[in-house]
Amino acid sequence: MADRFPSPFEMPTPPGAEGWQDLYAYSSVFSEDRREYEESAFWFMDGVHSPEAIPPWDATIVEYALIALSQYNTRHYVIPPARGVDMRFLNGYMYLSPVGVTDPKEIEARIPEFAERAGYYFANWDQLYAAWVPKVRALIGELETISFSPLPEREDMAVITEGRGTGSALDLLSTYHRLVDLTLKLWHHHFEFLNLGYAAYLDFFGCCKQLFPSIPDQAIAKMVAGIQVDLFRPDDEVKKLARLAVELGIADRFSGSEPAEQLLAALRGDPQGDKWLAAWEEAKQPWFNFSAGTTFYHSDKVWLEYPDIPLGFLRAYIAKVQRGETLERPIEAIIAERDRIVDEYTELIDSDEDRATFQAKLGLARTVFPYVENHNFYVEHWAHSVVWRKMRDLGRVLVAAEFFADVDDVFLLSRHEVSEVLFDLYHGWAVGAPSRGPKYWPGEMARRNGIMNALRQWSPPPALGVPPEVITEPFTVMLWGITSDSVRQWLGGAQADGGLAGFAASPGVAEGPARVVMSADGIGELREGEVLVAPLTAPSWAPVFGKIAATVTDVGGIMSHAAIVCREYGLPAVTGTAFGTKNIKTGQRVRVDGNAGTVTIID
Amino acid sequence: MAQILWFEHYQPADAPELGGKNASLGTLLGAGLPVPPGFAVSADCYRKALADGGLTGQIDALIAAVDARDTASVAAAGERARALIGALRMPADLDAAIRAAYARLCEQCGGEQRGDGDGDLPVAVRSSATCEDQPDASFAGEHDTYLWVRGGDAVVAHVLRCWASLFTDRGIAYRLERGYRQHGAAMSVGVQQMVRPRAAGVAFTLNPLNGDRSQIAIDASWGFGEAVVSGEVTPDNFLVDKVMGAITRRTISAKTLEYRLTAADTVTAVEVEAERQSVPCLTDDEIAGVARLARRAEKHYKCPQDVEWAIVGAQASDEAQSVLLLQSRPETVWSRKPRQAATCNADPITSMVHTLLHPSHATPDGGC
Repeated sequence: MADRFPSPFEMPTPPGAEGWQDLYAYSSVFSEDRREYEESAFWFMDGVHSPEAIPPWDATIVEYALIALSQYNTRHYVIPPARGVDMRFLNGYMYLSPVGVTDPKEIEARIPEFAERAGYYFANWDQLYAAWVPKVRALIGELETISFSPLPEREDMAVITEGRGTGSALDLLSTYHRLVDLTLKLWHHHFEFLNLGYAAYLDFFGCCKQLFPSIPDQAIAKMVAGIQVDLFRPDDEVKKLARLAVELGIADRFSGSEPAEQLLAALRGDPQGDKWLAAWEEAKQPWFNFSAGTTFYHSDKVWLEYPDIPLGFLRAYIAKVQRGETLERPIEAIIAERDRIVDEYTELIDSDEDRATFQAKLGLARTVFPYVENHNFYVEHWAHSVVWRKMRDLGRVLVAAEFFADVDDVFLLSRHEVSEVLFDLYHGWAVGAPSRGPKYWPGEMARRNGIMNALRQWSPPPALGVPPEVITEPFTVMLWGITSDSVRQWLGGAQADGGLAGFAASPGVAEGPARVVMSADGIGELREGEVLVAPLTAPSWAPVFGKIAATVTDVGGIMSHAAIVCREYGLPAVTGTAFGTKNIKTGQRVRVDGNAGTVTIID
Repeated sequence: MAQILWFEHYQPADAPELGGKNASLGTLLGAGLPVPPGFAVSADCYRKALADGGLTGQIDALIAAVDARDTASVAAAGERARALIGALRMPADLDAAIRAAYARLCEQCGGEQRGDGDGDLPVAVRSSATCEDQPDASFAGEHDTYLWVRGGDAVVAHVLRCWASLFTDRGIAYRLERGYRQHGAAMSVGVQQMVRPRAAGVAFTLNPLNGDRSQIAIDASWGFGEAVVSGEVTPDNFLVDKVMGAITRRTISAKTLEYRLTAADTVTAVEVEAERQSVPCLTDDEIAGVARLARRAEKHYKCPQDVEWAIVGAQASDEAQSVLLLQSRPETVWSRKPRQAATCNADPITSMVHTLLHPSHATPDGGC
């Protein structure tokens, strides 16, 4: 077994992707200047958020996410053993290297500062979190007001009569910069609570594991999990619409398979149909700002723009209602069950002192957990959806100016290049001479599309560089689920018998035919009783969990948003197998042992 | 004092006369747990029979002379004591009482009755020493149990054999080692309907590997539970979470041997057919049933239990099948250990720093 991963400097450029480095910031690629540092560090690919090659503008979001995470650890809360998470693009894929604090004296010295700063947040959590939701809603509101329109032939007369003294191109440029800055601000807000929330949750998790070494993760999740969670609202809204269709007596009009547009148009005009459509329209904002992907790609399909996705779930729910099955989560029963679980474990604790500690930690975990679940809807699903939409509006302006032909080509520009492109547009408009863009970009976009396609074909290694003997950096483990075991497994490749090992992310054992699903587009193919094998599962896949037997993922640990949702559904899951989608073929029978964290290919 | 005490009429005041094992069966039956019916011959019967036979002083003297460190001395005294008791004549009134009780048990379990006359319900005849099953001492296996005993004559004879087994070498040695007074020990005998299990075994209401009280560990194998209790077979092992009911671990072993009823009407160890050896001997529903039963016993006693159970019924799909409780005694290994304070710190910041410094301890991969 090798003791290190390939050096980032050994990785060849995929054929057809030559020049890919120029699509990313000079500071975000591996370079000779920093070779010594970069070669000695350990880098793992972030398959949790970015399983595919990342288009140049999409890099903005992951760069902002990581810089915000880093800054909160390093400069805000002074996390004792952790600084930030360094990042690089290699062949378009994102590799991360968490930077730990290794000197025990320095760790010790950071503790009082952490206690003061993080302690303040824990002590005032409810009040601070109560302010967070309106803060983020206001920010999203501000994003929503952003609009891009083509530069006018003449400035409006009012600019003259009001003596404004500025022109439309300034608005265009500054609006773009405002969009970019709001996106950074969004990610600041994201990490205001997240790492603290995880730390508190894991503290309770660790306490349970000490009191009951064999306690199933699902039990811990159930003691903490929220009952009314915004992250599940999109799914709940679809269920509500399904019941409404049955109540209104129009269920049969959903029984076909025509596209959403056609179906919705056919409902219009009769009283029952209009009533249902009004409810559909109401549910859309904000709950259909819900992505079927990881949300980190402009190409992730958002329900609002792809109504066929929620409509597919809706049709399945209508069928359930018609079979007499209930869609409601039985809230009272769930609360009763949650209380029973807490009571029974409490009763099994030997001493009053441990019982009090357990109760206190459970209390804090419950306090922080709504954030851990809900932020994902507000930041990733809702706000990202708005950012992608607004960027497409800008793309339309550039298409209208004939800079390129496809609106989505705007994402082939880095965020800095967009400024240059807007300057070029502005320049042509101001001078009244041709901009260079229409001559330059069509060819360049063709080249870039070629590069992106070549990068998508490439199979990134799970890690690069020199792994530490033991993974102790907390965020590597907490947020990405990478442990010493996963590193050993990556170095050793798959097991000899073709079986796989990963995280025992959700307990239980199940067997079934595998269905390898590489992206959200494929979830419709899943059949009852199949084992879902995917690079990763996303919370937005919620409706498929009702029919699959188990889940296997390539990446992710127990704290990924997806793993949390898996446990909510009580499905066996093995995550972070690294090679699941490579080794398992659709149709093979597999046995998923969510207790041991192993996957066996039976035939 | 009554000679015969029915389990179903058990009162806590009877305990000293019944010994730990019988008292426990009475208690469990009283708590509504599914225990096969039966009765106990009181320890006083043993004492009286020995006194009437003139053996009390003789045996006390034999044992008083034993050097506990000298196995030959233990063996010689044991053999002599057992021979003396084995040669006793069962007192006529007790003989009649045992036969009458057995006949009533045969009648009660009518369906099992085969022959005529006084019936021949198969029963287990079990030793239940009066110093057994103290919370701090596991006397498991120190005395004899006889399986598949049929007919009044055989039952009476086996009661005598149980009495004699108070002086097995290991029983004597164990009492000496633990400092129990020898002449204070007496033997009650339980006579209990014998079930013919498809699978059987033991269950601990904690995880014996780490003392985790939220778990139930089940050892299970084909046929009568003796194969598991004696350790002659590597059983299937299941770990069940008490609260969630989830089967959190399962280890299926090659179960090469089972105790089975043979054509000669005896319970004998036989080799298990190759194709059945590595088949799990319990279905998930059965595992859940065993766990529920063990948990009920624990809840009743309010402390961790070590239970013996059996599944009756031919097929997993058999509606009539049921899980029976054959025995429940306090778990002694972990319960005796001084409690280890949980290291998770009550102060959230200190504890969180610990979690951040040892992140893998808080994840399922880590373990403690």
